[in-house]
Amino acid sequence: MNTWAPFEWITALRFLREGRMQTLFIVAAVAIGVAVIVFMSAMLSSLQANFIKRVLTSQPHIQLIPPDEIARPLRTSTRTEIVSPIVQRPAQRIRSIDQWQKIRAALSEWPEIVTVSPTMSASALAVRGDASRSITLTGIDPEVYFRIVRIPEYIVAGQPRVQTDDIIVGLDLAKDLGVALGDKLNVTSATGGARVLTISGIFDLGNKGANMRTTFVALRTAQALSRLVGGVTSIDLTVPDVYAAETIALAVQSATGVEADSWIKTNAQFFTAVNAQQTSNTLIRVFVGLSVAFGIASVLVVSVIQRQKDIGILRAMGSSRGQILRVFLVQGGLLGFLGSIVGAAMGGGAYMFWHSYLRQADGSEIFPLIFEPSLYVNAVLLAALTGVAAAAVPALRAAKLDPVVAIRG
Amino acid sequence: MADVPEVLRLEKVCKSYNVGQPVEVEVLHDIDISLKRGEFVALIGPSGSGKSTLLNIIGLLDRPTKGRLFIEGHETSKLDDAATTALRGHSIGFVFQYHYLISAFTALENVMMPLLVEHSFPDERMRARAHGLLDQVGLAQWENNLANNMSGGQQQRVAIARSLAMNPALILADEPTGNLDTKSADSVFEMMRAVNRSQGTTFLVVTHNMDLARRCDRTIEVIDGRIGTLAPANEVEPHQ
Ligand SMILES: Nc1ncnc2c1ncn2[C@@H]1O[C@H](COP(=O)(O)OP(=O)(O)O)[C@@H](O)[C@H]1O
Ligand SMILES: [Mg+2]
Repeated sequence: MNTWAPFEWITALRFLREGRMQTLFIVAAVAIGVAVIVFMSAMLSSLQANFIKRVLTSQPHIQLIPPDEIARPLRTSTRTEIVSPIVQRPAQRIRSIDQWQKIRAALSEWPEIVTVSPTMSASALAVRGDASRSITLTGIDPEVYFRIVRIPEYIVAGQPRVQTDDIIVGLDLAKDLGVALGDKLNVTSATGGARVLTISGIFDLGNKGANMRTTFVALRTAQALSRLVGGVTSIDLTVPDVYAAETIALAVQSATGVEADSWIKTNAQFFTAVNAQQTSNTLIRVFVGLSVAFGIASVLVVSVIQRQKDIGILRAMGSSRGQILRVFLVQGGLLGFLGSIVGAAMGGGAYMFWHSYLRQADGSEIFPLIFEPSLYVNAVLLAALTGVAAAAVPALRAAKLDPVVAIRG
Repeated sequence: MADVPEVLRLEKVCKSYNVGQPVEVEVLHDIDISLKRGEFVALIGPSGSGKSTLLNIIGLLDRPTKGRLFIEGHETSKLDDAATTALRGHSIGFVFQYHYLISAFTALENVMMPLLVEHSFPDERMRARAHGLLDQVGLAQWENNLANNMSGGQQQRVAIARSLAMNPALILADEPTGNLDTKSADSVFEMMRAVNRSQGTTFLVVTHNMDLARRCDRTIEVIDGRIGTLAPANEVEPHQ
C-alpha cells in the first residue's frame, strides 16, 4: 500500500487491478480512440504547417496592388439617363501604384510590418534563336524581395544576383529554351521594350508552371522594359504575425487607399479546406470522446453493481458517501488517463511511421516531423477529465447506495 | 452493575418495510434493549424473526421507523448522514456471516481499512496496529495473503481483527460462525470472547448455535420481531 496515495486512490487502483479484463478492455478502447485523434491531429497540423510554410516563403504576406480600371456607363448631361447601358470591362493596362515611394516610406514605419518591397511585374517574351516563351518579368529590389520570397534557397545554378542586365530564370524555362548559366536571352515586353539579358541564376521552385513562367530582373530593368519608368505594380509586405495579415491588410488599405490583399485572402481556398478539415476533425473528436465516455461509464456502472458488497463493507467501516463517490470518480479518471497515455503513444508512433513511410523519390522527407507536446498533453488531460465526467453517474449511484442494501448484496 | 456505563440502548424501536405502500409490514415491534460495557450477549431467534434487521439498525446501517436508539449515550435519530457515518466508524465494529472481507486487499490491508477510511493516508502506525491485531487472532504470518486465498475460519478471524481496528465500544456479529465447521466456529467464538475479556469490548452476537449462546453472559431472544425473554442464558435453557 503506497503511503503517498489517499484511501480513494488506493481503493480505486485496487479495484481496477482486480477487475483485470474489464480494465484492460476499456483501457484498450480509450487508447484506440485517443490514438486516432492524436494521429489525425498530428498529421493534419503537419500538413497545414508544411503548406503554410511553403506559401509564406514563396508569397508576400500582404500585397498592395493598383485598383482595377473600371468603365462607367455613359449618361446624358443631366446625369440621369444612361445613354449606353452596355458596359464592357476595359482591358487592364499595366499601371503603377500612385505615389508608391510615399506609401513605402510610411509603411516602413509600421511596427506590425517587417519588410516592404516594391516590385514591378509585366508580361514579356523570352526569345532564344527560333524558340520563344512567354514569361512574367518580376522586377525586384533583391535586398528586400529575397526576404519575402526565398529565391536564394531555390537556386540550383549560379547566383541569386540581379544587376541591370541579369535575369534569373526557372529550370524548366532554361531547359525549354536550351539555355544555361551565362547565356544571353532576348526579352521583349508586351509594351514593346526589348533588351538582351544574361542568365545569372537558375532556380527550381518545385513546380513546373512556376519554373516556366517566373523570372526575376532588377526593378529598373523591369521598369524600363515595360515603359513604366519609376513605377511599381505592387508593394509586397511581410508581417511577423502571419495570422494577423488580414487585419493588417485592412488597416493598410484604409491608411493608404490602395487595395491590399493578404495571403489569407489570396489562399482562401486553402483556408476553406483547413476549416472543413478542422470541422470534421472536431466532429470526430467529439464522437470519439463521447464513445470513450460511454465506454467508461458502462464499465463503471457494471462495476458498481459488482462491487455492491465492497461498497457496503466500506460504508460499514465508516467511509462517507463522498469517499465512495471519489473512489469511482478516480477510477473513471484513471481509466481515461491510462488509456490516453497508451493512445497518445500509439498515435505518436503511427504519426512517426506515416512520416517515415511518406518519402520523396530521393528518400528525403516531404513534411517536417512536428511534435507538438501540447497535443499529447491535452489529449491525456482531456481523456482523464472525460473519464471523471463519465464516472459521475455510476459514482453517484455508488454513493447513494443504502448501506443495508449494499451489505445484503 | 448500575455504575457500569451503557453502550447501547433501544427504546421502543420499530421497523417497517414498504412504508407508505399498500402492503406496509412491521418486522420489529417496540424493541427495548440495553447493553452495558463489557457484556457479551447472544441474540437468538428463529430465521426471519428480525435479528439481522435489528443488528443493522443498531449498527447505524439502517434507521428505525419509530423509537430511539442510543450509542454510547448519543441519540442517533437526529444525526445526519455524515455524523451517522462517523459514529458508526468510531463506535461500532462489524463481523458478518459471510466473512465480508474486500477481496482486492490483503488480510493486513483489510484490517487497516477502518483506519485508512478515517485517516485517509496509510502510515507505519496503522500497519503496526493491523499487524498486532492479526497477531492477536493468530494470523500474523498470513497478513500478506489476499483475502480470498484464506479459509472461512481465517477470513472470519481477519474480520474480527478488522472490527477491532478502531477500538470500538460495541461489536456486532451477525451469525459469525454460521458458515464455519464446528472447530473453526469454536475458535472464532473463543477469539471474540477473549477480546471481550481482555479489552472489555461489548459484543452482540447473533447465533443459531445454542451451545455458543449458553457460553455468553446473557441471551436476548427475538421472536416475530419482539423480544422474547430477557434473562441470563442459564435461565432460558438451564444447564443440565
Ligand atoms: N428489505 C426488506 N423488505 C421487506 N421485508 C424485509 C426486508 N428485509 C427483511 N425483511 C423481512 O423482515 C423480516 C426479518 O428479516 P431478518 O431481519 O433478515 O431476519 P433474521 O435475520 O432473523 O433471519 C423477514 O420477514 C424478512 O422477510
Ligand atoms: Mg439474518
